[in-house]
Amino acid sequence: MKILELTALELGRKIKKREIGVAEATKAALAQIRALEPELNCYVTVGEEQALIQAEQVQRKIDKGELAGPLAGVPAAIKDNMCLEGMATTCSSKILENFVPSYTAEAVKRMMDQGAVILGKTNMDEFAMGSTTETSAFGETKNPWNPAHVPGGSSGGSCAAVAARECFYALGSDTGGSIRQPSSFCGVTGIKPTYGTVSRYGLVAYGSSLDQIGPVGKNVKDCAAVLEMISSYDKKDSTSIQREDWDFTSALTEDIKGMRIGIPKDYFGPGLDSQVRDAVLMAAKVLEEKGALVEEFDLSLVEYAIPAYYVIASAEASSNLSRFDGIKYGYRAKEYEGLHSMYKKSRSEGFGPEVKRRIMLGSFVLSSGYYDAYYLKALKTKALIKKAFDRAFEKYDVILGPAAPSTAPRLGESLNDPLKMYLGDIYTVSVNLAGLPGMTVPCGKDKKGLPIGLQLIGNCFQEKKLIRVGYAYEQSRSYEEPELAVRVSESQKEEHEGERSAGGEV
Amino acid sequence: MSKQYETVIGLEVHVELATKTKIFCGCSTEFGGAPNTHTCPVCTGMPGSLPVLNRQVVEYALAVGLAANCEIHQYCKFDRKNYFYPDNPQNYQISQLYLPICHDGWVEIETAAGNKRIGIHEIHMEEDAGKLIHDEWEDCSLVDYNRSGVPLIEIVSEPDMRSADEVIAYLEKLRMMIQYLGASDCKLQEGSMRADVNLSVREVGAKEFGTRTEMKNLNSFKAIARAIEGEKNRQIELLEDGKKVVQETRRWDDNKESSHAMRSKEDAKDYRYFPDPDLPPVVIDDAWIARVRERQPELQTEKLARYQKEYGLPRYDAHILTSSKHLADLFEETVKLCGQPKEVSNWLMTDAMRLLKEKGQEPEQISMDPRHLADLVKMVGENVINRTIARDVFEAVFTENVNPKEYVESKGLTVVRDEGALQSVIEEILEKNPQSVADYKAGKQKAMGFVVGQTMRAMKGKADPAVVNQLVKELLEQR
Repeated sequence: MKILELTALELGRKIKKREIGVAEATKAALAQIRALEPELNCYVTVGEEQALIQAEQVQRKIDKGELAGPLAGVPAAIKDNMCLEGMATTCSSKILENFVPSYTAEAVKRMMDQGAVILGKTNMDEFAMGSTTETSAFGETKNPWNPAHVPGGSSGGSCAAVAARECFYALGSDTGGSIRQPSSFCGVTGIKPTYGTVSRYGLVAYGSSLDQIGPVGKNVKDCAAVLEMISSYDKKDSTSIQREDWDFTSALTEDIKGMRIGIPKDYFGPGLDSQVRDAVLMAAKVLEEKGALVEEFDLSLVEYAIPAYYVIASAEASSNLSRFDGIKYGYRAKEYEGLHSMYKKSRSEGFGPEVKRRIMLGSFVLSSGYYDAYYLKALKTKALIKKAFDRAFEKYDVILGPAAPSTAPRLGESLNDPLKMYLGDIYTVSVNLAGLPGMTVPCGKDKKGLPIGLQLIGNCFQEKKLIRVGYAYEQSRSYEEPELAVRVSESQKEEHEGERSAGGEV
Repeated sequence: MSKQYETVIGLEVHVELATKTKIFCGCSTEFGGAPNTHTCPVCTGMPGSLPVLNRQVVEYALAVGLAANCEIHQYCKFDRKNYFYPDNPQNYQISQLYLPICHDGWVEIETAAGNKRIGIHEIHMEEDAGKLIHDEWEDCSLVDYNRSGVPLIEIVSEPDMRSADEVIAYLEKLRMMIQYLGASDCKLQEGSMRADVNLSVREVGAKEFGTRTEMKNLNSFKAIARAIEGEKNRQIELLEDGKKVVQETRRWDDNKESSHAMRSKEDAKDYRYFPDPDLPPVVIDDAWIARVRERQPELQTEKLARYQKEYGLPRYDAHILTSSKHLADLFEETVKLCGQPKEVSNWLMTDAMRLLKEKGQEPEQISMDPRHLADLVKMVGENVINRTIARDVFEAVFTENVNPKEYVESKGLTVVRDEGALQSVIEEILEKNPQSVADYKAGKQKAMGFVVGQTMRAMKGKADPAVVNQLVKELLEQR
């Protein structure tokens, strides 16, 4: 039996039946991490020792019958913008490289309460700003399908780790597509829930009105189970929503007969890679064959989503990131003269170029004299986009389209042309602007063997419809894993073993 | 000065609210405390922390707004005011710009020329900042976040005041109102009430306002009055010299009795205000407003009228008693226990006021237990102690909050009515003063007064004067 090939729920079941021990599963994941990390760099921090201790504690609780959840004992990873007490939380930024929080994010806490073993913190674009995980201050993550390509971003580390079996599932965060796009590039499944479904407490904010934590897994079933576990109404997050339908796994049925699926024509215009288009339309056909009613429609306003998103997200980010000033925690410049110089140098040296670009953009659009022209206009656009979706959901249960215009670009291709990189978010950002749930399910590969993802979008609180459609589609194909071409030889493995156990950090 | 000038003043008043916990987290608002002990991830701006609004802050802001005749924004929002300073852990302050909770109200003040309405432009809720401590010895700055996140309201007036007297009357009015509402203790010295003065001058009859300055660092009513006088004269002098007033923020130095510019409009900060995405809008429905309105306590104006009507106190007395919520509460609680409103009022108006003046204290600082004052009043009424002794007992009650009964007992201050004991004392005095006896016999009534006085002195004031009078008379007659 190959432990790493199991899905999270399959492993959970075997742990429950005592067929596999929690420590055994944890060690298997850690061994995989040791083997692949030198090449892939999915993690910023691996908490080897901590994970093994946790594994023992969880095992004891399972043995005593205190933990009976379907994912108890399953090793997982969390994106490095979620606080975990006692473990560095860097947001892949130099400015937070030494920051160790004294509290744990609510979503992570819920996971751990259900017996998750946390393997470590995954790499990301610095402060979740980027679409490739190349803006990380700790090196880029490579795509497990082809290490010459990016994993997407900003949750690139989480998605690559799941694809490379360096964990059984992971948490990502999605502000403008940061779960759905890398899921598409890495051939895994990811859900961005309705805004307010998962507590943001302990998630280091990028664009507060858009940020949502969500699951990344090997399939829809795993994601539904993880989402069920991390969703909650949390008094510590004032934007958290009280809802009653947390039982997402109840939607895991193959029956989609009569479900209305809309395909926005606007998502299939110029700029979309033809192989991606074909794969997505093929998936629509599969759903049609299973009884869904599929039709094309005009969503409208699609071209305004990107400018509105970058104005709002950057405006919020410029304010959210102002707390990183070298005074209370995090990086402080070694040499400075006076307060102003300390601020300026610490921030200039601590932030990377993409973060600086967005702080400047955000500060500009909030400046007096520009506020109405940019920020306010973006808010109005956001409201109009929401209305366009409202109209669409009067007719359709689910909207189907691509998650990204292409498959994963090669490393180093994207950062030279930020505008082009921003345009790559065209299919994902409007979902965040409207607060909707969205999901990516793998639906094929291009000629280069890189995965293609299918994006499903639902109306607010309609995650279950996404899960139903996603699950039904998934039954038509088997989960594909990358042939981990990067797998290092046994001898190299041992070498690294020595290095790792010393520090436990990557 | 050839021209006649008019001073135009508007005020921005910050009031620290009396909530037990901070505006966006559960930390204590208690004053004092070792540095950074009343803190958590939220009020120290830790990454990933989120604010949760304390509803009591909204209640207090509503109460003040309603008392100040304001309109309420029933859909109000919090905005972020962005600026870098180490006392501000997030480098933005959560405040209200676009939709403040209260707007367009007024309060009435008494002026020499009669009553006058001062307009309230708006009242908004916001969080206080921490405190920076500059250690010049170590050449470093430390920051204490205990005050970070303590709730404030800022009350912005219209430019309706024309003199320092009006400003002080307005501040007194606000302070009284807010204290009565229990929304704050409004202590200027401790910083729980802070006022910034916006002032401009113009020629009498001019329609346009002059260029204004903003004055900060005003820690007492006296400092405010002095600062207004100083700034008015500074601006008039500039205009007389043909110079212009520069729009700027100035810092008042009360020791030097002068101000200096902190920053001008040119380098005014752009705060990049925008709605705080972490806090949903606050929706205040009619029922909520009605509940707050219902709970509004009796304010000073109403109390003043009631004291005159219900207790038959003169307007002057009623005014002094109600000029401090604390004093009025003490008065009412005492009267509830012992009746005799006029008597209680007299103790507070004369002895209490005298002692406050001697100690340089405010009525808010009176710590006397109303039960003790009531006991004292009763003891005087029942003639357990005489009035002279009672004033000493009052001082002990006032300064040390002693139990008057125990105090009188332990010091043996009860009135002596034992006629036998008094008789022997009087006899002794008569023996020693044959001249007084002779004078009395010769019809000099004054002589009796002397004997009474001697007796009281011998009894250290504890004798009942009526009994002494009676006995002295009898004994003199017997001679």
